[in-house]
Amino acid sequence: MVSKMTEVTEKNAKQNDPLANEKIAIEVEKLNLFYGDKQALYDIDLKIPEKKVTAFIGPSGCGKSTLLRCFNRMNDLVDIAKINGEIRMGGENIYKPGLDVAELRRNVGMVFQKPNPFPKSIYENVAYGLRLQGINKKRTLDEVVEWALKGAALWDEVKDRLHDNALGMSGGQQQRLCIARAIAVQPEVLLLDEPASALDPISTLKIEELIHDLKKDYTIVIVTHNMQQAARVSDYTAFMYIGDLIEFDNTDKIFTNPTQKKTEDYITGRYG
Amino acid sequence: MSTNKNFFQGGQHWVWLNAGAISISIIMVVGLLLLIAVRALSHFWPAEVNTFTVSQEGSNQLVMGEIHNHEEDIQDGVEREQYLIKTGNRDQYGIDFRWLDLKDIQETKVDENVIVLERHEWGNLYGFIKSVTMDGKSVDPTAENLEAIIERANDLHHQIREIESDDIGSINYDIEELRLEQRRLELDDELTDEALAELDAQRADLNQQFLDYQADLQKLYAAIKRDSAEFELVGGQTKSVNAQMMVRSFQPNAMGFFAKIGHYFSKIGEFVFDEPREANTEGGVFPAIFGTVLMVLLMSIVVTPMGVIAAVYMREYAKQGPLTRTIRIAVNNLAGVPSIVYGVFGLGFFVYFMGGTIDDLFYPEVKPSPMFGTPGLIWASLTLALLTLPVVIVSTEEGLARIPSAIREGSLALGATKFETLWKTVLPMASPAMMTGLILAVARAAGEVAPLMLVGVVKLAPTLPLDGNAPFLHLERKFMHLGFHIYDVGFQSPNVEAARPLVYATALLLVLIIILLNIAAIKIRNNLREKYKSLEQ
Repeated sequence: MVSKMTEVTEKNAKQNDPLANEKIAIEVEKLNLFYGDKQALYDIDLKIPEKKVTAFIGPSGCGKSTLLRCFNRMNDLVDIAKINGEIRMGGENIYKPGLDVAELRRNVGMVFQKPNPFPKSIYENVAYGLRLQGINKKRTLDEVVEWALKGAALWDEVKDRLHDNALGMSGGQQQRLCIARAIAVQPEVLLLDEPASALDPISTLKIEELIHDLKKDYTIVIVTHNMQQAARVSDYTAFMYIGDLIEFDNTDKIFTNPTQKKTEDYITGRYG
Repeated sequence: MSTNKNFFQGGQHWVWLNAGAISISIIMVVGLLLLIAVRALSHFWPAEVNTFTVSQEGSNQLVMGEIHNHEEDIQDGVEREQYLIKTGNRDQYGIDFRWLDLKDIQETKVDENVIVLERHEWGNLYGFIKSVTMDGKSVDPTAENLEAIIERANDLHHQIREIESDDIGSINYDIEELRLEQRRLELDDELTDEALAELDAQRADLNQQFLDYQADLQKLYAAIKRDSAEFELVGGQTKSVNAQMMVRSFQPNAMGFFAKIGHYFSKIGEFVFDEPREANTEGGVFPAIFGTVLMVLLMSIVVTPMGVIAAVYMREYAKQGPLTRTIRIAVNNLAGVPSIVYGVFGLGFFVYFMGGTIDDLFYPEVKPSPMFGTPGLIWASLTLALLTLPVVIVSTEEGLARIPSAIREGSLALGATKFETLWKTVLPMASPAMMTGLILAVARAAGEVAPLMLVGVVKLAPTLPLDGNAPFLHLERKFMHLGFHIYDVGFQSPNVEAARPLVYATALLLVLIIILLNIAAIKIRNNLREKYKSLEQ
């Protein structure tokens, strides 16, 4: 435990802040997460830059998805999960008591590993978040649905069958629908939890292009176990290993000249 | 040897065993249904009426009737064949049926002129028309004239029934309401002279209406009695029957195939749409069909929301600890409690406690006779709702457990609260499972008889629970039920032989109604399933 702490401070000291020129969207400070007795995240300190793509990489079970799910408090659904530390968005701790979690989740959209459209029409899937906010005017809904589907590069494929069941679409289309559904409520942050891992290469390519387009409007955090993907889509990369944040830097730097031995080992394929 | 080994190693014997078990089950179910259907449907076919010349103890005798049954047995080492003959004419012979030994029958004849007359009392009459009296004048004794007077009589019967049950029934209902109103005012100490005068005026008005109807009725009764006919029975006796007693007449031996088919369907129509006659052994079962369906519908309306709410709480909100587990086990075990226990509980809790309390609080004026504190439709429905509640809870819970957590997370991640997620996404997706629960509940409830005998079913209900008097749906009334009807007709009837085909017919009808209700529910469920196709790909 003590050795871990010293390692972390050492590591922070070595960083000559790569985010000096960026505005910060999310600030994580001393975040620890426990599943029952088992600790899953150790003293995470991290800053996520605004309107950039930040990728979390690392071997399976390293806690990258867990960390991602802290940002919209999805871990609240797990009864045994306990958290200490702070995550600040816009200067406000999202774990402070009395915070409206639904409101937080409207601001922090999320797309999951497997496409999970609702068994409703394409239109209703995109309109779901808006209807939750009490927006039921058809004109407004029509506009937002079109805008969101265009934003997710799906409009041309589905504009003639908006009222068909979303489950009739291909996996890649479904995943883009999930992205459209997330951006329809105009969040500030978009969390992508291995969004392309269940898709074929062509669909993956489309999703990656989409991420590239979306970053001018949204702060994007993506979890991936595919290093090439991280290298292709992200501006910054965080490498995690068994609950620790080992290294955070420019994506170029991580992949060409990592400071930590573990990062280098992982990137060069020595484990993971 | 080696093929044998392969047979067992490949598990072929299990396949055969399973296939055999399934075949036996299917054969048994289909056989049962076929037996019921054949027995039930053949009852309505107009059977030939034979005239037998029987020699018994040296003297010849004529017997006329339909062959109802055929039996062979061995008595004292001698093989014997017997016919059961439906001879009708109960007023003459005392019984409708008679056994004839085959060896005693000298001659069998089929006479075209035989007429079968269905009557309101004393069962069928078999004989020949001797004379027909129309408007007090004698007319030709033909089947056409007989049918003419029966048609007139049926028409008048219809009018009489309308006046008696609808008009006078509603006057009686209003008079009873007035009596209760007066009693209510009395209890509240508000019975002023003006109020009393007002009530009396209304009562006098109703009484006047009643007298008017009574006068109409008397005219109709006089009219219906004006026609009559005389019949000659096979033994030579003469029987005079007033048109008032006649239901229908036909000549089965003279009928062609198509006439028989017409008769067949009109008998089936009578069975399904008419009220029972003669202690339920004749006529139809409409009130029982109506009661069964209405009770099942009321039960569904009660049990579905209760079961769904309970399941949602247990699965979605309750902490999954030992207490919840215990409750879940208890609910599952409730499904195994014998239904008569529910009947006793329903009688004690619903009828006496709840019904009695309702009477005390809201209808003090009906005392000493109870209104809700007596078995009735509402209590039967509630008892069956309780009986079927576990089924709905269990299947709804299973449905909820099957919804992938990814869907819930997707909804929550868009800013939905837990309730919104449930209401907008999870519950609609679980609706096919709810329908499955309801299907099972309906199948169980529609066939249940034992508890109903305690909480509201009667063998003959004077009025339907739904009529033209406000508030139209009378939940406190007693009702008839097909299952109980089967029991009553089959085992409580004085005329067993006559009732037996009706037992089959009623059983067939009950099965058909359950099938219909189930098909309706299954159709709805399949539509829902199609709509919320499962996510697994």
